[in-house]
Amino acid sequence: MDMQVQAEGQAPGVDPHERHGARSYLIGLAYALTLTLASFWAASTSLVYAPAVPILLATLAIAQMGVHVAFFLHISTAPDQANNFLALAFGVFVTALIVFGSLLIMANLNHHMMPMDELMKMQR
Amino acid sequence: MSAGEQALTGTLAVPLSLRGPASVRVVAGFGFWLFLLSDIIIFAALFASYAVLSGSTAGGPNAAELFDKRHVFLETLCLLASSVTCGFGTLAIYRSDARAMYFWMGMTFLLGLCFLTMEGREFASLVAAGAGPSHSAFLSAFFTLVGTHGLHVTLGLVWLVVMLLQVSTLGFHPMVGRRFFCFGLFWHALDIVWIGVFTIVYLGAK
Repeated sequence: MDMQVQAEGQAPGVDPHERHGARSYLIGLAYALTLTLASFWAASTSLVYAPAVPILLATLAIAQMGVHVAFFLHISTAPDQANNFLALAFGVFVTALIVFGSLLIMANLNHHMMPMDELMKMQR
Repeated sequence: MSAGEQALTGTLAVPLSLRGPASVRVVAGFGFWLFLLSDIIIFAALFASYAVLSGSTAGGPNAAELFDKRHVFLETLCLLASSVTCGFGTLAIYRSDARAMYFWMGMTFLLGLCFLTMEGREFASLVAAGAGPSHSAFLSAFFTLVGTHGLHVTLGLVWLVVMLLQVSTLGFHPMVGRRFFCFGLFWHALDIVWIGVFTIVYLGAK
């Protein structure tokens, strides 16, 4: 382990000690394939209680994103990766704000909007 | 001794402010990582608009009627496989193994091209069936989201060709290695965005 790298932190995806190697990509591929197959199965099966399917799909997608981040991008919570991990956490936070915030606001607007035909009547 | 213990007890317990500038490789990698995260935030905005507009079909076809899951599964496999071959290519660059690098990066290019061809054919068939981006808010959002991802993949392929040319002319120069390594991050990030696309757009279709 070279001291220089330790002291300076680590760029994302960098693997100077070949700690991950080809094995990491193969393990990642196995997990990702399993999760992808599970997603496509969940979307077309009738075995799962239908209203639960979107939640199951979201869980599988988030799990697969985690697999990609850990095994392909090699982002971890190691001390030399603090900057990368903090940036990732902030990115996830902003993403969640944008997506859930938009859905919440638009659903609320829809809820409070007067039905279109009544609106037309008022304009006459 | 773990890296954490070493940092606390060894000579490495130097305050961050006294360690001097980080190496170019670390700075370039971190800067590119920040760019990727901001790119993902752009996609978050497009995902949000798709989620809001996906029901607004203006009397036209909806998602469940338009999309073919088998086609999307093949696209997903192409992109996943290209992510792994890109990883193998990056390992070949660490070893300065030119033949392995050309092989794996060539595979990455072909799989990426496969993906783009399939997506292009899907878009063409949608437009031919009268379900183009101007038909409804749902289709506008769909073409913007999936098209932006496709545009990123296209740019990635151009970048990959440029990087292969740079290796062939400059060899495994550290600067070329850094750029190639940023390309790898970009390619893996596109695969992560695709997980969101196939889950929300194609599998979430009702």
